[in-house]
Amino acid sequence: MRQLTLTPDDHRIARLTAAAIAIALVESAVPSPLPGVKPGLANIITLLVLLRYDWVTAAWVTILRVFAVSLLVGQFLAPGFVLSLGGAIASLLVLYLALPLVRHLPAWFGPITLSLLAALAHMLTQLLIVRLWLVPSPGVWVLAPVFIGAALLFGTLNGLIVAWLRVPDAVQP
Amino acid sequence: MCWCVTVNWFLQRPLKHLLRPGDVLVLLAGFAGWLALSISLWQSGPAAQAQVRRDGILVAAYALNEDRTVSIDGALGATVIRIESGRARVVSDPGPRQYCVKQGWLTRPGEMALCAPNHVSLSLTGGQPAYESMAY
Repeated sequence: MRQLTLTPDDHRIARLTAAAIAIALVESAVPSPLPGVKPGLANIITLLVLLRYDWVTAAWVTILRVFAVSLLVGQFLAPGFVLSLGGAIASLLVLYLALPLVRHLPAWFGPITLSLLAALAHMLTQLLIVRLWLVPSPGVWVLAPVFIGAALLFGTLNGLIVAWLRVPDAVQP
Repeated sequence: MCWCVTVNWFLQRPLKHLLRPGDVLVLLAGFAGWLALSISLWQSGPAAQAQVRRDGILVAAYALNEDRTVSIDGALGATVIRIESGRARVVSDPGPRQYCVKQGWLTRPGEMALCAPNHVSLSLTGGQPAYESMAY
């Protein structure tokens, strides 16, 4: 009989993913004025995991969350799922590149930098997918400032939340 | 100042611990990029050219400063396009629902009339004219 051994890492990833799924599900029930504009609060979990553990764990948690939420919401393999997955992969790649900045210069760059860069990468990738695949018209770019403005706003807010949650570790009173 | 104190009270932690100098730089760079993008995308001058596409491929382009009527062969038949005093419209189309005809005159760059059944589209683009003024 073949045995599947679960490492402590697997348990940790499962726990963190569950938290991210819960946040993303609650968020998906909140109506949005414009399709595609949402706070992306589940990415707070991604950033916390990235800063507390490592990039690989954060990538697992994020990708698993995208799959699980799309299955639960019922849009697995639908355009919305492709957009989510594309955005998630792009922001993970950007986080991989930006992480050394935060690790080596913690006095200069914090969670807000990571959150902003990830949010922008997410939004730009989604716009690119929409432009190339869903709406092949240059008119898509007319809406780009709205989406990128939303990414800036929510990227900053999520980064602030992450920074706020991490303050007790970082700053001694 | 006052705003910062309020936010600090709300967060119960000094904002400067949360927002580091590099974060501010990234935020400002992002905001500057966003501003530049908004200005470049939403600043629309007058329309200069009418582009006609068949199956998404550009088949003809006409300057809007010359009045003319053209006929484009599509999948179902001829789509007739009228260009007049800096605007353009679809005059007639063999499509069943006539959406692109009912749309009327297109005046601003980026506007588009899509005659989908006939695979023909008419769109306006901006672009600078060859010269802006003439000096004597």
